[in-house]
Parts: sequence; structure tokens; C-alpha cells
Amino acid sequence: MIGAIEPSWYLILAALLFSIGASGLLIRRNPLIMFMCIELMLNAANLTFVALATKLGDINGQTAVFFVMVVAAAEVVVGLGIIVSILRRKPGATADDLAELKG
Amino acid sequence: MDTTFLEYLVFFAAAAMVLGGAIGVITLKNPVHAALGLVMTLFGIAVQFVAQEAHFLAAVQVIVYAGAIVVLFLFVIMLLGVDNAMDLSIEPIKVQRPLAAIMGLGLGSLITAAVIKADSSTVLPGAVGDGIDVATETGDHDSNIKQLAENLYGDHVFAFQLTSVLLVVAVAGTVVLTRKWPKADAEDTDASLPTSPGAAK
Repeated sequence: MIGAIEPSWYLILAALLFSIGASGLLIRRNPLIMFMCIELMLNAANLTFVALATKLGDINGQTAVFFVMVVAAAEVVVGLGIIVSILRRKPGATADDLAELKG
Repeated sequence: MDTTFLEYLVFFAAAAMVLGGAIGVITLKNPVHAALGLVMTLFGIAVQFVAQEAHFLAAVQVIVYAGAIVVLFLFVIMLLGVDNAMDLSIEPIKVQRPLAAIMGLGLGSLITAAVIKADSSTVLPGAVGDGIDVATETGDHDSNIKQLAENLYGDHVFAFQLTSVLLVVAVAGTVVLTRKWPKADAEDTDASLPTSPGAAK
């Protein structure tokens, strides 16, 4: 008889998701795709919060996920605004083309 | 059919959705396909939330992430035009991709090893329960939302109010960032025509 699903399985899944997002952030050069990779990492953190809230029987973890979602929404709005204003000025710009702020 | 078998089936199907979508995000050339991979990952995370009795967060995940945020991504992709010429074979820095892959593998295996190591050790000293489901403690199906509401509007009500300030600031900041301001030095009426509603006639 197999046992129930351990909470650590969710943590391992979140670790894999986080490392995929982190490598994607380093590999891809399209600013939009890099932004999506940040969303992947935020979701991995959310999954960790919920798994530990279930494991420890503490509802505060789920409240933290709620706040992370609000901050992620605000971050996406501001970030996409910045990306739109950059790409309107330089169409097709990648992350490497944005080095002009360098002193 | 056995309940445990169903739990395993749900876990592995949702995990395959999560990881497949994530790999799709970082490997697909077309940004629209990458956004659809992101949708798949977010739905998989929502399924994992349901499997852990976090029903409210699963609903919020689908509405806010898969609804609002991905629509915003697709809107920006369509606004700027789909760039099919994004060639993945161009590498400005030669060693970046192998290094990034090594970093990803190392990070993943390090966290996994830490989880396995911590799982076999003793329970945390501050732990309230030992693996009891948050929502099923009282046997009430609404208790997850009730507990979350009491926690959110009781202990964290000030932070909850501050999030509204954050959202207003974010919206105002985005409007300031992306609006095309009329030229400050253009005093003639041509530059101010599109922005002044009274001059439309």
C-alpha cells in the first residue's frame, strides 16, 4: 500500500519550477519572456508557501500567498509599462540592447 | 478506485503540466506560445492548490494569474507585434547558456537535497500541527475561506489596506510611464490638438 503524498513532494516540485525559471531568466533575451520567467519563480514561491502552510497547519502561509499575488500583479503592471515604453522607442530590443544607461 | 491512487494521479498530472509549461516558456521561440505555456503552468499550480485544500487561493490563482496577468502579457505582445525573428541561436555571450544550465541544475538539486534532508530530520520547533490539513481540521468545507478571512482581516488588516495603496500607486505609475506626453517645448496648437478635448471640433 502506497502512502499519501508527502508535503515535501510539493517542495521538490517548487524547487524544480524555481530553477527552470531562474535558468530561463538567464538564457532568454526577450524582455517579455524574462518577465514570464520571473512569474514562474514567484509561483514556485507560492507553491512552497501553500505546501508549508498545509504541512505545519498554519494559515499565515496562505495569507502570505495572497499578498505575493497582489504584489506580483502590481509588479507586472509596472514592468509591462516600462517594457512598452522601451520597445516603443526601440522596436525589437533585447535585454542586451538596453545597455545605454551604462555610464 | 482508491483515493490515494487518485491523489497520485492528480499530483503527477498537475506536476507534468507545471514543468511542461515552464519548459515551454523558456524554450519556445514565439512569445505567444510562451505565454500559453505560462497559462498551462499557472493552471497546474492552481490544481496543486486545490489538492492541498487551498480552494480560495486556487480560485484567485486562476482569476488573477491565468486571467488578468496572462491577458496583460498577450495584450502587450499583440500591441508591440509578434516578433518571429527572435532567433534563439544567437548567443552574444558564448558561455552564458552552459553556465545558466549548470546554475539551474545546481540550484534545483541543491534545494531538492535540502528538502530531502530536512524531511528526514525532526519537526520544526514552532510547528503547530504535524501534517494535518489546514482546512479539514474542523471538517467544515468552508473553513479554509473562513480561516483565511479571519487571518487576513484580523491579524493582517493593516497590510491589506496597504496593498490598496500599492495598487493605486502602480496604476498611476504605469499611466505616467506609458502616456505620450505632449512636447513641452511645442507651444503651437498642432501638438496640443490630440490631447485637448475642447479642440476636437
